[in-house]
Amino acid sequence: MRSPTGHEIAAGDVLLSIEDVSLTFGGVKAVAGVSFDIRKGEIRAIIGPNGAGKTSMLNVINGFYQPQHGRIAFKGKARARMRPYDAARGGIARTFQNVALFRGMTALDNIMAGRTLKMHRGFFWQLVRFGPALTEEVEHRHRVEEIIDFLKIQAIRKVPVGKLPYGLQKRVELGRALAMEPDLLLLDEPMAGMNLEEKEDMSRFILDVNDHYGTTIALIEHDIGVVMDLSDRVLVLDHGIKIADGTPAEVQADQAVIDAYLGVAH
Amino acid sequence: MATSAAARADTFPKLLIRNAGLYAGRPAYRHKDLGIWQVWTWDEVLAQARAYAAGLSRLGLARGDTIAIVGSNRPRLYWSVMAAQMLGAIPVPVYADAVADELAYVLAHADVRFAAVEDQEQVDKILSVSDRLPKLEQVVYDEPRGLRDFDHSRLKAIDDVIREGGEALASDAVFDQWLDREIEKGQGSDRSIILYTSGTTGQSKGVVLSAIGCINAASDTVAFDKLDARDEALAYLPLAWVGDHYLNYAQALVAGFCLACPESADTAMADMKEIGPTFFFAPPRVFEQMLTRVMIRMEDASSLKQRLFHACLGLARRHGEKILNGERVPLAARALYALGELLVYAPLKNVLGLSRVRVAYTAGEAIGPDLFSFYRSIGLNLKQLYGQTEAFLYLTAQPDGKIYSDTVGSVMPNVDLRIAESGEVLFKSPGQFIGYFKDEAKTAEVITADGYVKTGDAGFIDAKTGHLKIIDRAKDVGHLNDGSLFAPKYVENKLKFYPNIREAVVYGDKRDFVCAMLNIDLTAVGDWAERNNIVYGSYQELAAHPQVYELLARNVAEVNRSLAEEKVMAGAQIRRFLILHKELDADDGEVTRTQKVRRSFVAERYAPLINALYDGSHEADISTEVTFEDGRKGSLSARVKIRDVATAPAPGALEKAA
Repeated sequence: MRSPTGHEIAAGDVLLSIEDVSLTFGGVKAVAGVSFDIRKGEIRAIIGPNGAGKTSMLNVINGFYQPQHGRIAFKGKARARMRPYDAARGGIARTFQNVALFRGMTALDNIMAGRTLKMHRGFFWQLVRFGPALTEEVEHRHRVEEIIDFLKIQAIRKVPVGKLPYGLQKRVELGRALAMEPDLLLLDEPMAGMNLEEKEDMSRFILDVNDHYGTTIALIEHDIGVVMDLSDRVLVLDHGIKIADGTPAEVQADQAVIDAYLGVAH
Repeated sequence: MATSAAARADTFPKLLIRNAGLYAGRPAYRHKDLGIWQVWTWDEVLAQARAYAAGLSRLGLARGDTIAIVGSNRPRLYWSVMAAQMLGAIPVPVYADAVADELAYVLAHADVRFAAVEDQEQVDKILSVSDRLPKLEQVVYDEPRGLRDFDHSRLKAIDDVIREGGEALASDAVFDQWLDREIEKGQGSDRSIILYTSGTTGQSKGVVLSAIGCINAASDTVAFDKLDARDEALAYLPLAWVGDHYLNYAQALVAGFCLACPESADTAMADMKEIGPTFFFAPPRVFEQMLTRVMIRMEDASSLKQRLFHACLGLARRHGEKILNGERVPLAARALYALGELLVYAPLKNVLGLSRVRVAYTAGEAIGPDLFSFYRSIGLNLKQLYGQTEAFLYLTAQPDGKIYSDTVGSVMPNVDLRIAESGEVLFKSPGQFIGYFKDEAKTAEVITADGYVKTGDAGFIDAKTGHLKIIDRAKDVGHLNDGSLFAPKYVENKLKFYPNIREAVVYGDKRDFVCAMLNIDLTAVGDWAERNNIVYGSYQELAAHPQVYELLARNVAEVNRSLAEEKVMAGAQIRRFLILHKELDADDGEVTRTQKVRRSFVAERYAPLINALYDGSHEADISTEVTFEDGRKGSLSARVKIRDVATAPAPGALEKAA
């Protein structure tokens, strides 16, 4: 196993560190003693064959699963128990492997929903939608419109997302995650089921998000070509165990990784 | 009066100054940004353009330089044109979707030193070919996203250029006066813009237009369509196309109307609904798409709504166009039409964003008569025009109330139009181009000895209406052996307007008479066969059926009658025709992928049939190789019947025995 050494890209301080984390469901070990970190401003990919524990790892990061063992520190603070709500409040946003949007709502409203945590006026203020509540809404709408412009989805602003093609739904979901202005953005297979053109668009957006908003991104992806192009560092899991960690070039040359993907003679 | 004032202002920057005075508080440009329409009034636009020009001049742009404009319709790109013209530089708009190679060709050919572009995509494209553009010094961009990490030694945001230019003007009165003098120096004879034609054949050519020519041409059409400062247009046509520069940029400056730039190309139709333009141009394709969208949505409507819709459309078909043309219509029909307007036409136009349109134009290709009259019947003042880049667009246009779907209108005021011996349309026009940029030879090729410009299109003035009819590309027009004019596409289009005829190929150039090979439309003829109890097993069988021949012979005879009415075309009536045993197919190379018939290829492939058409026999055997959809090849043989058709008596045409 190799620890990330001498990485040229000036990834800043450690944003999130995972130390010796294990997660079991009954007798099944989903994640077994994995350690790695995510640095501020980088694009970090997590790859591995099916059932390697990638999504479990994301779920641990945003507090959806509680690991039985190990330490997690986000922004330098070690975490005891955390719920997804706290993670969101703390600045972690995510998208899902299967699109999880409010299908009956418009793209605009879905992205607006991502601002919920940033709204400070209470329920009753929102109900009268007047004075400070209106000012606040206008401000939030402005931020949402910036995201709509950023993702080039102006044409579908008022379309219920259930009617949209899959690629656009994924984009709206990314928009909703961005609306939270997260410090850490978790993307679970952002390009699954997309055609080549949609993949290229999405890759562009991920790079732009990273560049424009300075958002740290952790993503799971099966398309190895995309991963190698996008990410600064790659973590490889297999059967819940970390088998490699390093720059795309290092990982590609790693014998353990090649074996995991191509299989070895038993 | 706008025209007289425009006559005094002989360049666009001077017109801008006039407008800033005349229409100071009125909107000049709108742009939907972050979901909200932003507005700039004429005086604000002048201030922006002056500051922009000052900024560009500080960067080194000077009189006589060329500056490329690449991107979609955004106010700052229109202002780039204005700012360049203020300094006496010549803007060169380029199609935003041009691939890097085309872009490189145009930018290199136009010797651009500067480029004003929309966003990172265009910057990337220009940088990728920068080794072919040794003269390019500076690129300015509108949208900063994604450009932060680029080397900014030759790159600057338009916003910064405007800001710095504005500051320089404010702090330095001498500089401010210098800019005013630069604008004053501009003359009508200056090269105002270079528009590169899209170039269907070979490399594109740069059409150089003079300032006064542009303004005079635009003034004529502004008067023709009575456009004024209260009008509004949606700027969604490609910046580099003469249509946008004319209809939007030039006409807006001359008439003082407002130009609304959509949020993005995808939202143009939705933005149109919000803006409600009063002047609208679209190619026939767009009108067709709009109609299709409506029809598809009507399929989902309740049966009551469907019946109401179709009843009202039927009424509109009978009376709508007459009402629009101001003809006499029975009072009862008028009352019903008013009810239809309330229930169907007005809401329909509103959905399409056409509610406020006073003048709508279409051009570019032939528009189907049904499509054309649909829009006119619901009360949209849709008209056709004919023109080209070299003329600065308009040569002819249909005047209000005098509309015929098969003409392109009457000759515009101040346009001198002539039909050459060969049938080619020649013109002299107010907006007539100076020449092709750096291409004297090509310029000389299209200008006749007496100074007329050749359009490359063949046409004639219709005796009945006095309107121009365009029949074909001039190079495709031929002659029968008796000397009468033969325009294949014109005849084919007439045939294809019949729903029964799917495709038609006619021959006649250097022959004694005209013959046609037809494809039936399987849907239309199949439907007809079903209703008439005609049994058939295949396309080939239906196509060979005697009653089908009978049906099509009637259509051909009608085409002949309509040809006979036009003196010029009367000689080109169809004497004999046959129905092909198979459909012309792109897989067999008989038509292009865009469904244009490859006439000479078809002639070679079906040579035995063509020989039979001309040697008088009544049937012929043909065997052709066909390509199936899975790529296998097979051969198809058939005995095809040939049928004679009577020609209609033609006034003045030489009658020869068949």
